[in-house]
Amino acid sequence: MNGDPTLEPIAQGNGLALCAAGPWIARFAPDLERIVADAEKLAGSRPNIFIDVSQVSKLDTFGAWLIERLRRSLTQGGVEAKIAGLSVNYSSLVDEVRRVKATPAPDASPVSITGMLDQIGRSVAGVGATLVSLIDMLGAVLAASGRVLIRPKGFRLTSTVHHLEQVCWRAVPIVVLITFLIGCIISQQGIFHFRKFGADIFVVDMLGVLVLREIGVLLVAIMVAGRSGSAYTAELGSMKMREEIDALRTMGFDPIEVLILPRMLALVLALPILAFLGAMAALYGGGLVAWLYGGVDPDAFLLRLRDAISIDHFIVGIIKAPVMAAVIGIVACVEGLAVQGSAESLGQHTTSSVVKGIFFVIVMDGVFAIFFASIGM
Amino acid sequence: MGPQPSDAIIRVRDITVQFGTNRILDGLNLDVKRGEILGFVGPSGSGKSVLTRTIIGLVPKLSGSIEVFGVDLDAADARARRAVERRWGVLFQQGALFSSLTVRQNIQFPVREYLNLSQRLMDEITIAKLGMVGLKPEVAHRFPSELSGGMIKRVALARALALDPELVFLDEPTSGLDPIGAGDFDELVRTLQRTLGLTVFMVTHDLDSLYTACDRIAVLGNGKIIAAGSIADMQASQHPWLRQYFHGKRARAVMG
Repeated sequence: MNGDPTLEPIAQGNGLALCAAGPWIARFAPDLERIVADAEKLAGSRPNIFIDVSQVSKLDTFGAWLIERLRRSLTQGGVEAKIAGLSVNYSSLVDEVRRVKATPAPDASPVSITGMLDQIGRSVAGVGATLVSLIDMLGAVLAASGRVLIRPKGFRLTSTVHHLEQVCWRAVPIVVLITFLIGCIISQQGIFHFRKFGADIFVVDMLGVLVLREIGVLLVAIMVAGRSGSAYTAELGSMKMREEIDALRTMGFDPIEVLILPRMLALVLALPILAFLGAMAALYGGGLVAWLYGGVDPDAFLLRLRDAISIDHFIVGIIKAPVMAAVIGIVACVEGLAVQGSAESLGQHTTSSVVKGIFFVIVMDGVFAIFFASIGM
Repeated sequence: MGPQPSDAIIRVRDITVQFGTNRILDGLNLDVKRGEILGFVGPSGSGKSVLTRTIIGLVPKLSGSIEVFGVDLDAADARARRAVERRWGVLFQQGALFSSLTVRQNIQFPVREYLNLSQRLMDEITIAKLGMVGLKPEVAHRFPSELSGGMIKRVALARALALDPELVFLDEPTSGLDPIGAGDFDELVRTLQRTLGLTVFMVTHDLDSLYTACDRIAVLGNGKIIAAGSIADMQASQHPWLRQYFHGKRARAVMG
């Protein structure tokens, strides 16, 4: 009885017996479904139809359900269908599937114009909600800092140092490497184009101003948003998923004070340091290329650099760093706490943490540019 | 069905599992017979879950051999392994439902992979499986994050049973269920074992389950099986941990 499953209609008096035989199991389910669909057409052809399952060698949920489906469609056809020859072993399984109700409604509503409009509306409204939640978080962090200032025992030094190591010390190699390379590229491109009108030496001016005012801090902020902002979101998000944040709250701790303040502080301290190191690396790289490729020797480079830049350029650059760090940190923490229960949600929020972090960094940079231009720095 | 040597569906021989210098399983032997419900007990941290995970192939072992359905899992190629994996179902301790899929998609996930069925049949089978584990069809559209702990367990069992496996591994199936739910669950495991000829490997701490659902009990201690046999054998054992386990306050309460 190990062949394929079968279902033979056999006339019995004025009735009809459908004799099921063979293994009615999951592996043969596609065949079984076809067999059953064929047999369903017999509904109503005879006054008395019953399904004989005494020859079934093996039965599992799939087979049992298909027999039940057949029984139902035969019954709905106006004749009472019965199942005969059921062995004791399988009777409880057949009873089980007999209790199954009709098919469920499909999962999602189909795509429609109104659905799309609804989506667009929700996203637009979401922009406002994002701004509100960022300001909300900024307020919460400032309030927590206030509390910590009044009661310094609540400050988490160990945690802050740990995060400082993660976001600052461990980021130094990659930040220095990338800014060094960017410095090299700016210098090479500058020399290549300035040489056409004999203005090679002005590459030093361009490099100094560009790196100290803009590129150094902006590039480092973008790297930090990608590197540490995403880590913050993922950490806080998975803590949220596992109810760790709820646990903190019930023990009387403020999650902002325990989790977010140390992270924010670490970031605000780290970014100026990284921006400074990045700027130095970029200048070094630029100087190296100017010497090897452009023939500007180091003494001339330094002399020219001293003329080209003033302390203002450096201050303009470095003053932006902590503000950008705060923006990255707040975005990352808001996104982390917004994670819902699923892995997919964690992924979405981590992505949007980086995207929003970089976006706000660039917006802030623009705002600073306007501000410094208007105060003449 | 091929040959069935000695009727053992799982044969574990001399396996040793070590994490760093911490030896969890030390030359362990275990047979699980076809069609039985084996209750697997032991103190917390004794390596019950590790053994389960070693048999399923999630934890690498230092030495020893594991045969499931007569197939040596180390010697088997990827194809043979897949064939074996298709014949077992696993219920993880935390459910391990895919959080980005609905209940319906979770249950249909293995079905879709291994069988070529019509969507209608898959939906009907999903409802049938949900009914078997005592859940209403409406649950099918929810995401795992919208389910209670007990419901997650039930959905996870429904997923483990999706392909009508011959062997199921249950890691603490009744923990986190209310006593009535746990009792239903034991009854359900019994029913499924009878109807589908299921073999069940159940890690549990639930004395009720041991009394009502299990045919045989194996006890893990010091990285070895310290006792295996019927509930009566366990009660007769003089091993100190077993005495405490089966004659403690809770055990007396269960026995009435």
